[in-house]
Amino acid sequence: MANPILQVENLVKRYGEVEAVRGVSFSVEEGEVFGLLGPNGAGKTTTVEILEGLRTLDSGQVSVCGLDPQRDSDALKQEIGAALQATALPDKMRVIEAIRLFASFYKRQRDPQELLKRFGLDDKKNSFYGQLSGGQKQRLALTMALVNDPRVCFLDEPTAGLDPQVRREIYEVIEELRRDKKTVLLTTHYIEEAERLCDRVAIIDHGKVIALGTPRELKARSGGTTRIEVRLSKPASDGVLKTLEGVVDSREVDGAYVLHSQRPPQTIVSLVKQLEAQGNELVSLEIATPSLEDVFIEYTGRRLRD
Amino acid sequence: MKNFAALTRMRIQIAFRNKMFFFFVIVMPFAFFFLWLGLLAKGIPDRCAFYLGPVVAFNVMGSFWGLSATLVLFREQGILRRFHVAPVTASDLLASSIVANYVLTLPIVALELFFARVIFHVPSLGNPITLFLLVSIGIISFGSLGLVVASVTNTMQETQVLNQLLWLPLIFLSGATFPLAYMPSTVQRFGLFLPATYLVNGVQQTILNSATPWSRYVEILSLSVWACLTFFLSAQLFRWEPEAKVPRRAKLLVAATAIPFLLLGVVENMSDRILVEAKTALERFDSASRPPSVGIPIRPPATGKPSGSN
Repeated sequence: MANPILQVENLVKRYGEVEAVRGVSFSVEEGEVFGLLGPNGAGKTTTVEILEGLRTLDSGQVSVCGLDPQRDSDALKQEIGAALQATALPDKMRVIEAIRLFASFYKRQRDPQELLKRFGLDDKKNSFYGQLSGGQKQRLALTMALVNDPRVCFLDEPTAGLDPQVRREIYEVIEELRRDKKTVLLTTHYIEEAERLCDRVAIIDHGKVIALGTPRELKARSGGTTRIEVRLSKPASDGVLKTLEGVVDSREVDGAYVLHSQRPPQTIVSLVKQLEAQGNELVSLEIATPSLEDVFIEYTGRRLRD
Repeated sequence: MKNFAALTRMRIQIAFRNKMFFFFVIVMPFAFFFLWLGLLAKGIPDRCAFYLGPVVAFNVMGSFWGLSATLVLFREQGILRRFHVAPVTASDLLASSIVANYVLTLPIVALELFFARVIFHVPSLGNPITLFLLVSIGIISFGSLGLVVASVTNTMQETQVLNQLLWLPLIFLSGATFPLAYMPSTVQRFGLFLPATYLVNGVQQTILNSATPWSRYVEILSLSVWACLTFFLSAQLFRWEPEAKVPRRAKLLVAATAIPFLLLGVVENMSDRILVEAKTALERFDSASRPPSVGIPIRPPATGKPSGSN
């Protein structure tokens, strides 16, 4: 990579006996939107908080804008912006006051009014933080992450717990950052978010990066197959679904069978025949192009939300 | 310095929007003020002068309650985390808490003193410099104690328990609510190990006897040392994250805050200086003349003892 603004090498972090991050490595280029995709407890937030200088690492090396987050903490904080998970502001603080207060901490500042307008908070600028909806609070968190015109933005689960409509609003905000060529490190457990927003994605599970690449590259690793998810009235016999025409992989996930097929019409025909022969019935059938979820399932045998 | 000033301004601004602030910082102290001076002292100026010191000290000591609760709430809600990722230091946050609390408490004390003169006709407020020094150091030191409490407790529930455990002896065994000289001898001697006793006695002696800063150097110095120690410890033990628990070793370190007054308590127990002063003040309270009609405060007779001479 030509010019990584963010580098992580063999990062390890332990909490007592628990190893939360186990040798994570990746790098992010300037202007890139990079995603850490993984289930809850995978080690995404710990990784990000080490990069922000909020936590110490046990071993490995990290660098952000050429700075060591622990040793150069003061200089680093001037260069980064962060929308943290599980954070808040005092309920009786007005939106405009929060932005002005946080902007005042930095040497480089953006115009608070311009930021408010840009992120659709202009009409809420005199509202108290406690009066804002979840989506508005999250938009404010993103706005505040940009008050210092940061070189790197850390967005930790920016849409967690928000309804789909609000989530899409936040996507638009992040897409705007992408258009501005901001470097963004985004953590998420939403497939759609990673696929839509990220230039590259590291899939992380149990503190390890299990796959890394552009969403297209990762999905291509599914072998250009189509995903067929079926639910049956009775469990299928061992391995029988793998023998269906065109099927290259079959797994049982949450009581459903996920098949990856290179020839979906033939697979479906042979599936129906097979079920008839076994006296089994089809309860539901879904066909989709492979998603990052399939990549995750392929590596872990589990769904991302588990 | 810029961050500290911005945070102080923010804390003051938010306090004025908080109903709890109005209740605990304005309503409660004035309720206590009018209850003690109006009912217990029956509005008799010399008796009011006796109670004014404890009432002011009580208000000053209350600083630790608000500061500890706010800091723990900020930590539990993740507000501190947001500041942590910005270029803000723990000292900026802690010092702004102390200064904001000082700016908010001092006018209330000034109003109490003003009302004491205007409504209850307290003969004298004593030496203004000594009074200012003691009140200022008191607000800062008890505020810092609040920050230490916030640093060694993990949840709001723990904070409230520890606050109660500290608050009750501080107000009942120091002379802040009931005169120290009324207490059994053992309690009086125990009171000499409490910082509150030095604040109460210092302010009371300043008002009753117009004590100079030099004559109250023990109180001023001991509370100043204590303020520095507690502030230093609160900065050392400060935690940004709710999940960062306090190590047991750190809790032991907090015992260090008791050292100055443990040492001073030993010295004062040997000299009996404070107990004698408390007894003399109470005798003066008992001998204060009754008003001609109950409930109407009167000015002291012109032939009475000149204020500040005893």
